[in-house]
Amino acid sequence: MSIIIRDLCKRFDGKTVLDHFSWEVNGPVVLMGPSGCGKTTLLRILMGLETPDIGTVSGVGHIAAVFQEDRLCPQLTAGNNLVLAGHGLTLRQAETELRALGFAESDLALPAGKLSGGQKRRAALLRALLCQDADTLFMDEPFTGMDAELVAQAAAATVRLTGNRPAVLVTHDETAARLLGWPVRKFLES
Amino acid sequence: MPTPPAWAVRCPATISTMVSDRRGRLIAIAVWVVVWQIAAMTLGHGGLFLATPVQTLTALGQLLPTAAFWHRIAFSALRILAGFMLAVAGGLLLGAAGSRWRSVRVFVDPIMQLIRAMPVASFVILALLWVSGENLSVVVSFTHVLPVVYAGVLAGIADTDPQLLEMARVYRLPWIARLRYIWLPGIFPSFCESCIAAMGMCWKSGVSAEVIGLPDHSVGDALYRAKITLSTPDVFAWTLVIVVLSALLSAVAARLLRAAKVRLCGEVRS
Repeated sequence: MSIIIRDLCKRFDGKTVLDHFSWEVNGPVVLMGPSGCGKTTLLRILMGLETPDIGTVSGVGHIAAVFQEDRLCPQLTAGNNLVLAGHGLTLRQAETELRALGFAESDLALPAGKLSGGQKRRAALLRALLCQDADTLFMDEPFTGMDAELVAQAAAATVRLTGNRPAVLVTHDETAARLLGWPVRKFLES
Repeated sequence: MPTPPAWAVRCPATISTMVSDRRGRLIAIAVWVVVWQIAAMTLGHGGLFLATPVQTLTALGQLLPTAAFWHRIAFSALRILAGFMLAVAGGLLLGAAGSRWRSVRVFVDPIMQLIRAMPVASFVILALLWVSGENLSVVVSFTHVLPVVYAGVLAGIADTDPQLLEMARVYRLPWIARLRYIWLPGIFPSFCESCIAAMGMCWKSGVSAEVIGLPDHSVGDALYRAKITLSTPDVFAWTLVIVVLSALLSAVAARLLRAAKVRLCGEVRS
């Protein structure tokens, strides 16, 4: 399955953000580009949260996403946040993966609102990767707030859990992009 | 040097603040009781114009063991609480509908504003034309609580995190999960606040209605009888009962709502 983007245009307040953008995504890819070049807008269009002025998108199935913000339910634990969006994911599976990404037992018992920025980011990333019915993944700067060691662990988990599903991961971190080993598309070259 | 107790070590600043707050409040109450006693003694006439604290407590002591007292409390409390519960249900429904459909809000808002602005006495006199005196406090407490809860629900829905709603949409969360984990936690703070404020209001408006409508066996009727027989200590005793009941039920409502929030929204206590 592949995502086919044809001739996408989007303007905000007279400023062109996407200008006749076309792309075919056949597997996991990294999308790189400077801030404000329209990467997040593209992801929001792919997720169905924005409507393009013209152009079409096809081949997007059930989505799981890492948003620019963590968007975790603050009153639930990290594990329960994963289960909530997991479509059949068990708490045991969720907590196993959270532990693998550095969560201590005491962190697993905390409400998400009390976690550190880096922990929230890891939980948001795992929520997307472990969503059981997702066949398309969109990840917007998923490694923000993590140190080098955690980025390496998170990148490894991302590669392992994404598999061959079509996935677009937006980042400006070249080290993270290298660790993923996925094809890289520079957004400015569009 | 003696070792401080475990609780003092755990959170010394908070606990000492709470203790000093409570002590300060008790001192303030004691000072006001003394002021009340002095004022009553200055006015004289055996407490006809202002009953002393002792006269009030004596009157209350005489009321408490009588079956009629508890009968009146039950009569009024049941009706006022029925009005409160109906208003909470109505406020939730109208608030949710008003938030979903702008036309509902446009249609309902003027009535809510009218009820808020209307004096209780005017409404009671009108309501007496439509319902029996016995059920007057149900209608009056309902109508005075409804706008408060309605506004609380509207504000709560407006406060719900739009980013979480987007997340729910992208992840295809079922509506029941959206309600439990996103909408309810958003709505609860202002809904709880409005319910607790409304609980106090419904007692005031409900008893005011009873004083005008005079249904038999009600607290309002007792208050009115105490007034016309110039039994000022009884007026004070009944007023004290109303204040205590209102505060007690507000505290119970706050506790129940907190428990409901923990249970319904899956809240984890840290």
